[in-house]
Amino acid sequence: MIRRNFTKLLAGASLAVSLMGTSAMAQDNMRIALVVKALGIGFFEAAAKGAEEAAGELGNVEIIYTGPTDTTAEGQIEVINALIAQGVDAIAISANDPDALVPALKKAQQRGITVISWDSGVAEEGRSMHLNPSSNPLIGNMIIKLAADHLPDGGQVAVLSASATATNQNIWIEEMNKVLPDYPGIEVVGTVYGDDLADKSYREAQGLMQSYPDLDAIIAPTSVGIVAAAQAVQDAGKAGEINVTGLGLPSEMAGAIESGASKSFAIWNPIDLGYSATMIAHALASGAATAEPGASIPMGRMGEVTLDETTSGAMADPFVYDSSNIDEFKSIF
Amino acid sequence: MLQRLISSREALLLGAIAVLLALIATRFPGFIAPGNLAHVFNDTSPLILLAIGQMIVILTKCIDLSVAANLALTGMVVAMINVSFPGVPVAVILAVALALGTLMGMVNGLLVWKLQIPPIVVTLGTMTIFRGIIFLISDGKWVNSHEMSEGFKAFPRAELLGLPMLSWVALVAVAVFAVVMTRTRLGRAFYAVGGNPHAAVYTGLDVGRTQFWAFTISGALAGITGYLWVSRYAVAYVDIAGGFELDVVAACVIGGISIAGGVGTVGGALLGALFLGVIKNALPVVDISPFWQLAISGAAIIIAVAVNARAARVKGRIILKSAEQAA
Repeated sequence: MIRRNFTKLLAGASLAVSLMGTSAMAQDNMRIALVVKALGIGFFEAAAKGAEEAAGELGNVEIIYTGPTDTTAEGQIEVINALIAQGVDAIAISANDPDALVPALKKAQQRGITVISWDSGVAEEGRSMHLNPSSNPLIGNMIIKLAADHLPDGGQVAVLSASATATNQNIWIEEMNKVLPDYPGIEVVGTVYGDDLADKSYREAQGLMQSYPDLDAIIAPTSVGIVAAAQAVQDAGKAGEINVTGLGLPSEMAGAIESGASKSFAIWNPIDLGYSATMIAHALASGAATAEPGASIPMGRMGEVTLDETTSGAMADPFVYDSSNIDEFKSIF
Repeated sequence: MLQRLISSREALLLGAIAVLLALIATRFPGFIAPGNLAHVFNDTSPLILLAIGQMIVILTKCIDLSVAANLALTGMVVAMINVSFPGVPVAVILAVALALGTLMGMVNGLLVWKLQIPPIVVTLGTMTIFRGIIFLISDGKWVNSHEMSEGFKAFPRAELLGLPMLSWVALVAVAVFAVVMTRTRLGRAFYAVGGNPHAAVYTGLDVGRTQFWAFTISGALAGITGYLWVSRYAVAYVDIAGGFELDVVAACVIGGISIAGGVGTVGGALLGALFLGVIKNALPVVDISPFWQLAISGAAIIIAVAVNARAARVKGRIILKSAEQAA
């Protein structure tokens, strides 16, 4: 309660400041607010680093990195209201709720603020475009590519998923199977489900090793599963023999990379994500690009993003982490 | 004699496990290799440890739903201690885990004993509180494999006479509690308090205090298991062992421990846990649809309970049989 009052006070104070200061500060710097799910999360701190990098490249851009202290939609609404009062030029938000933020963001758009969402999206009417870290086809292709890259002569791979009803994982696996013919010699021998429980995933990984003695790789497109599978492979003394790969977080996978149970894995790069979101926000706010279906918006060193009919687009392939860069990222997220 | 052997729950369960193993062997022969069976036992060890504690609690007509949360909290605390002070020896870590688990068990026990709150309510509450505390102390973050020291992770894997320490801890617990339950005053008190609380009071037993000790033992075992779990899977986060308390209760029920209290043995808890452990380890290798796996685990529990209930029914003696026939 104290915090909420304080935020209101802050919003009021900043409103007063912006009323007094608008004429003096006008058009000096473009101010882009990077609103995250909550402050103090490594992933978002890294995104802010990327945003600063973009600001440095663009010049005359000021990044306001902000967010609530816990991951709630209400907290973000307060932050948005404060930003409207400050009269920022653009808001790039990773939303805690796709619908709850729409009214506040609509208000921002009415005041001429460019609103985009990234990472975690907002409903269409609340933003001009949404930047996905990656897309389902890109992820599906990446997870099989990670396994295939270390199997030049082909081999057997198995999939360790979350639960059998998990939508994300099922779509990724489906996309993976679509591109399977592009990787000759790679045989997917089975799919098992660890339900995102460490002990069940561990057991399922052990089961895979028993059922398929010639197994070469386990693909786990889930952060709990990949860690458990790597541990099971390591405990079975098969590190180096069976490569555990898929989607995981660098901080959680650092041990597996070190032991050799995993040669490489992928996840989006938060630095690139913050960088791209800032580049897009700048392009839209300055009028250099417009957000409409089919449009291409430049993202500096990340190339450009093409928007689909829901005005959302995918940034890039998931970023690959291996022994060469794990130490740099394991402390970030 | 034969009749008694057949109606003995432990023998029945042992038979059921043998049949189960035979069935699995027809689909995957490698499963019953001695090495793999040792593996299954090792994997089931945490369940065995918790099932022993739960059995004692259930004997006194109580239930402890907070065991998995206790395990997770202890696991998180020792993992965080290990990260902050990597030099702390495993013996100290074990002592801390034991003490912390015991403390949490005592909280449950005191609430049941002194405030006379129904155990299911107390432990449902503490279960949520313990999970909440994990979130508070860890900030929702994971403690990962590379942050833990080698010694911390090595203990449950260290082999002694061909068996990992994790299995040895379970075996020692089985042996200790088999003696405690059958040969000590406290052990017999658990049966007396659950079997007939009123009679227990007349014999001079404090029902509440006995229940307190039951919760304390359950907590201590959960604490030890917390360290073993976290070091074995080399990861600690809020949700570890989520829903595991239900497996523990299921193991007890399958092992012939009466939910009404007063009936059950350490051997029953051991076999009940092994029965579940065999199913859990076999399902991944026999290639059954994941949707069927859940149904099969559930059906096994119901069948076991049904068999137990039938076995329990023949206990009463019909004393008016002749009169019944005459009428």
